[in-house]
Amino acid sequence: MNLDQIQRAMFHAVRQPLTGNDGMRNTAPDGTSLRHTAEQVIKRNDRLTSFERLEIYNRQYWFRMISSMSDDFQGLRVILGDKLFHKLVISYLVDHPSTSFTLRNLGSKLERWLHNHREYVAGVENIALDMVKLEWAEVEAFDGEAWETIGAEDLARLGPDPLLRLQPYIRLLELSSPVHDLLLRIRQRRRNADDDAPVRRLPARSLPKPQKTFVAVHRLDNSVYFKDIDAEAFAMLTTFLREGSISEAIDSVDWAGRSEEQISAAVRDYFAQWASLGWFCRPA
Amino acid sequence: MPANRFNGFTEYGVGIGLRIPHYSHILEKKPVVDWFEIISENFMVDGGRPLYVLDRILEQYRVVQHGVSMYFGSVEPLNPEHLKRLKQLVKRTKTPWLSDHLCWGSVDGTYSHDLLPMPYTFEAARKTAEKIRQARDFLEVPVIVENVSSYAEFHVSEMTEWEFLSEVVEQADCGMLFDVNNIYVSSQNHDFDPMDYIENVPHHRVAQIHIAGHSKYEKYILDTHDHPVIDPVWRLYERAIELIGPTATLLEWDDRIPSFEEVHGEALKAKQYMPVERSIPANPAIAVHSPAGAEASA
Repeated sequence: MNLDQIQRAMFHAVRQPLTGNDGMRNTAPDGTSLRHTAEQVIKRNDRLTSFERLEIYNRQYWFRMISSMSDDFQGLRVILGDKLFHKLVISYLVDHPSTSFTLRNLGSKLERWLHNHREYVAGVENIALDMVKLEWAEVEAFDGEAWETIGAEDLARLGPDPLLRLQPYIRLLELSSPVHDLLLRIRQRRRNADDDAPVRRLPARSLPKPQKTFVAVHRLDNSVYFKDIDAEAFAMLTTFLREGSISEAIDSVDWAGRSEEQISAAVRDYFAQWASLGWFCRPA
Repeated sequence: MPANRFNGFTEYGVGIGLRIPHYSHILEKKPVVDWFEIISENFMVDGGRPLYVLDRILEQYRVVQHGVSMYFGSVEPLNPEHLKRLKQLVKRTKTPWLSDHLCWGSVDGTYSHDLLPMPYTFEAARKTAEKIRQARDFLEVPVIVENVSSYAEFHVSEMTEWEFLSEVVEQADCGMLFDVNNIYVSSQNHDFDPMDYIENVPHHRVAQIHIAGHSKYEKYILDTHDHPVIDPVWRLYERAIELIGPTATLLEWDDRIPSFEEVHGEALKAKQYMPVERSIPANPAIAVHSPAGAEASA
């Protein structure tokens, strides 16, 4: 076997999901005998068979992947409990193995994948999908790019209707329930917990009730925060995900029932707050 | 004076890996540390806390980059996006050299995120050396390669691991990151004398040494980096220093990470094997006022 053949054979085996006892399967779902692969590629020694030696790498692969996903999707893990979470992660990674040099991107396709595989979150579909959306937004907000900030004072100097853009690391989320509060509670509860300790499924009574929720996932002093925003703020801020003017943002909101004065006051307050949080930056 | 032409940084002394649980201690207390090794991939991001912390560290300390996913031994070509981001980081850190592993871990753009062992063949040596040269040419910084721990041996191997390592670094004309813990782990897993390994590599190419702890299981040893360095590994280190000369040394501790003091204390044990005058602190001005300065200063 040449180098290419060896790497393909071994990689194929290493990526096969483990058995229920965390061992290597004898046969891959595509019919390949992993025992034959092991014997063909790897030597045995006086303590371990070829199969057992290959199994070490197979186990390490999955332990590393599940650990990385558990770190990034702690909320989803608690909603589902370990058994279902592991099943979901394995199935997701079989469909979407890492194609990045960094594990940071391992969960980048999870939300999209889960939309088409709701059977893995049966009974908690909306909450699970919202949680994945929130936790991935947090990953992106944590180390996303920041551009030069436009502060409150700068804002006043930019003219009557300047073009603005939200910092690229900010994520705006429309959720079907306040899963951000749930995630913070989960973290508080698990603050001193051993990451390796088994996690049981969260009882239904602990899950949030459906309630349309808007959240900005943002960064302040290099820490990520979840900020509740209202529907009007969500609509206006969405304008600035791409370059937009303040007038466009105001026009994106249905202000029915509000007087001109009330609208002006509300807009002033919104912009003052967002500028103080450093959310605006200069368009590229 | 450098101990060899691949080790222009002999006087770097003893460093430790920069790890998240120690960030606040390091930034607040500014302990004297000869240098920090960073995992490159953790800082190849666009912004946020990782780069903020890195920039604060760079203001105070010397930093050397260590990668985990270049996969010189994979048959597929180097990842251009990886190289581009790595070069940006090299410019930021001004790392004097850059290391990654003599292993493979990806096929057709899919990553294992593991350090998979090489079959020790001449074909593998040639292909790996070629990729090391390509990376060095693009990154414009010395690239050195680290021997990995392994749990499997291949039927097709045509030479010992140390012969393969030697073949690769000679063909690539690059330096080595000599991991004496990995040598110990592999020697136990594959039944060879680790001293044969230590004594039979081109010592003039060793640019850096790694030391670490590991976990022993019933039938094999895993390279877990979650324990202190054991005595047999210190003996290998001692012999390596005798053969190579004083060399920049780094303790890896990546899991169940204890306090900064404990990790640093474990690393500093390496100094007893190196002539003291060879290692100087990162910031002599700080060292003068520090109890650790006497141990670390020239």
